Amino acid sequence: MTTAESAAPRSFSVKRFLADQLRNIAPVFTLVALVVFFSFASTSFLTLDNMLNIVRQLSITGIIAVGLTFVILTAEIDLSVAAVANAVGITVAYFTIQPDYVNIANIPLPGWIAIILALLSALAFGLVTAFGMTFIGIPSFIMTLAMMQIANGVSALLVRGQIAYQYPDLVTTLGAGTAFSIPLGVNAAGKAMFIPIGWPIIVCMVFLLVGHLVLTYTRYGRYIYMVGGNREAAEYSGVNVKFIIGSVMVICAMCSGIAGMLGVAYFGSAQQNQFDTFLLDAIAAVVVGGTSLFGGRGGIGNTIIGLLVLGVVNNGLDHIQIDSFLKILIRGLILLAALIINVYAQVLKEKQADLD
Amino acid sequence: MADQSHRAGGGQQPLLELSNVSKHFGGVMALQNVDFTLLPGEIHGLVGENGAGKSTTMKIIAGVHTDFDGTMKIEGREVRLRSAGDALSHSIGMVHQELSVVPDLTVAENVFLGNQPLTAIGAIDWGRMNREAKQLIASLGLDIDPTTTMGSLPVGLQQLVELSRVLFSGARIIILDEPTSALSPPEVRQLFEVLRRLRAEGRSIVFISHFLDDVLDISGRVTVFRNGRKVITEETAKLTKDMVIAHMIGRGSRGMHMGEEAELKGDDAKPVVLSAARVSDGRNLRDVSIELRAGEITGVYGFMGSGQIELARALFGKAPLRRGSVRLDGKPVRFKSTAAARASGIAFVPENRRMMLFRQEPVYKNVSISILDRIHRMWLKPRTEKRIAESHIKDLQIRPPRTAIPLGSLSGGNQQKVALAKWLTHLPRVLILSEPTRGMDVGAKEDVIRIVKSLRDKGVAILVLSTEPETILTLADRVTVIRKGTVAREFATGRIEKADLLAAA
Repeated sequence: MTTAESAAPRSFSVKRFLADQLRNIAPVFTLVALVVFFSFASTSFLTLDNMLNIVRQLSITGIIAVGLTFVILTAEIDLSVAAVANAVGITVAYFTIQPDYVNIANIPLPGWIAIILALLSALAFGLVTAFGMTFIGIPSFIMTLAMMQIANGVSALLVRGQIAYQYPDLVTTLGAGTAFSIPLGVNAAGKAMFIPIGWPIIVCMVFLLVGHLVLTYTRYGRYIYMVGGNREAAEYSGVNVKFIIGSVMVICAMCSGIAGMLGVAYFGSAQQNQFDTFLLDAIAAVVVGGTSLFGGRGGIGNTIIGLLVLGVVNNGLDHIQIDSFLKILIRGLILLAALIINVYAQVLKEKQADLD
Repeated sequence: MADQSHRAGGGQQPLLELSNVSKHFGGVMALQNVDFTLLPGEIHGLVGENGAGKSTTMKIIAGVHTDFDGTMKIEGREVRLRSAGDALSHSIGMVHQELSVVPDLTVAENVFLGNQPLTAIGAIDWGRMNREAKQLIASLGLDIDPTTTMGSLPVGLQQLVELSRVLFSGARIIILDEPTSALSPPEVRQLFEVLRRLRAEGRSIVFISHFLDDVLDISGRVTVFRNGRKVITEETAKLTKDMVIAHMIGRGSRGMHMGEEAELKGDDAKPVVLSAARVSDGRNLRDVSIELRAGEITGVYGFMGSGQIELARALFGKAPLRRGSVRLDGKPVRFKSTAAARASGIAFVPENRRMMLFRQEPVYKNVSISILDRIHRMWLKPRTEKRIAESHIKDLQIRPPRTAIPLGSLSGGNQQKVALAKWLTHLPRVLILSEPTRGMDVGAKEDVIRIVKSLRDKGVAILVLSTEPETILTLADRVTVIRKGTVAREFATGRIEKADLLAAA
């Protein structure tokens, strides 16, 4: 780069800006376009109630997606998130006293002990994954595939095909309770109207906020980005790469576990395979949002947009007349489009950085 | 076509001609109004400081950069290349500095990569492939078994195999980017023999290099670039090294004989900071002992692949050692990770910039990554980081002097300075530098030399590993020569010359 010698500021280039920001701009455009589309296609879509509904439906996925954002930023993947969520949700129910008609050989314990045990099980899943990846050297794709099966196995053994319905009070509150209601005035019949804001939404927002603060403003967050950007360079700079990789896997497992606990309360039941769709949803949210699959680019802001895109698609398709089996295909196509943009943004970015 | 048997001269129709070529990246002009001609059957040297425009010019010729102003003609006909593959179909081939060979495949497979001859039923015709690869390689005057795996060959031979791949595809214009930087002197001689043979066949070669001796030795004409412009094209016979340097840097040449010889000043009274005793890694290092003293630069010289890289990695905790002991301040240490080595005050700059830089990240994040734990407890303080980066940018004269632009938009020499800056905020106890000045232009080289010497004067124990005798002689206070993973000779005091190093290695 020759004119680098001159200290003059580089002229603003639209092309460069677009190449730089494609991964951030594209998801926002997608979101806006989808909202506009569904608003015109359905009268019931763009209502306050439905918007709130979308956010509520996203809250459990959102908590998982926070952990997954950490993992994907380091250019790893965690395929065990849904299975771990399921296993931890079942664990907390297993240690809670169940109604008589539930035929599970469970071990009732005080609520707070059940919660701690469930959190410890999430930690254990994370630590095993971290150990396998950093000490043994198993690629995350395969390691977490194995962990997915192991977590599913734990779920199966604990409930043995049965369904549990009771959880510690704290879990029930955070998973299904209403935090507060926003008064909306009085309707025509003279009845006061409220919008209830559920605890899962609050918890999800706290996770998103903390995740964002950690990634953007802490040293640990910077290490995550740098390890994702160039792992070898991070190692040569004296960053403890194994610690960073291992710790994001643990964080992801903890996020999944907490999402799982809230999830069983949110669903009102704890049983096998009830989180299956969350794996694809969480990965899709992170990737659709624009966080690079190659690591080092993106963040919680992207994940929020990704979650909203996903929520709007899932919800919006219910509001228009469409073959319900076609919906599955449409979701797949949207994910594919997002992947293309994701990879293309990386290619553009590298081209720009490749000045001679 | 014009007379091929003759060396480059006037009056021939050029094989390749660039007229008034300009190229910019975004708002950055990389090339301005460049004219360049390549005659049939000539070896044309291309020199200039980093970022002077020689690589950009060659990437235009090789079809890598397709978007440029001006015209390009091959044998008088204007062409517009669309891709590297398109360039190849116009008989233009390029061998990049970083080889694109597949180490796990055989030599023959590498030669025919993507073009393997097939049998009638569509399977790879191994017999024919091996036979033809052997012929092709033999035509370069080499004797390599085509069934050996590429990775087991020395770099010099790998490079020649890659060259034969370009030849196999029928290239008449061959661009070599820094072909000698990784080669030992015998390998360079071997390469030059091959190049002369190719020239005699009427092929034209563009030889890009920082090694002016090599350029002046092999080429018939030399073109000098500076700041994105062509300065001069001249017959080599009319040039001296000093003249070329003067054209390159655009100022009076000075200190050019630096690095030919040195007066060593090893002082055994200085305290040993880091020492390795009879260390082996089971592969590339055997019983190597070395002592690094405070306030001294220890140079380790050896040809490519003689074990320097492995030694540096082992001392920084990147590669494990099988036998032997390492002591820091007399106490035995065994670094399990680079983080542990860094925590003990050891810093390392590897030979390949990509290994330690984040090209997409801004300059200041590249500088601060290795000191984050010193400046931040938990929350980042970007303003502090930028301030620190600014002070380094000023000290090291990094251009452009901006902290927030992506590192990848800096030239190679400036990137290398950033790599060094990472370790300068808090002085390390031991600084290990692998090829600290390789591939750098004269100005950047002098900056780095100045910085390294000032660090030594501040009491840092420095280890410099290089395959360039000049680098060692310019920097070192004492020298260890290693050969095939063992210490061949040590020099502590007195005058030594380049020839001494070459003879010992």
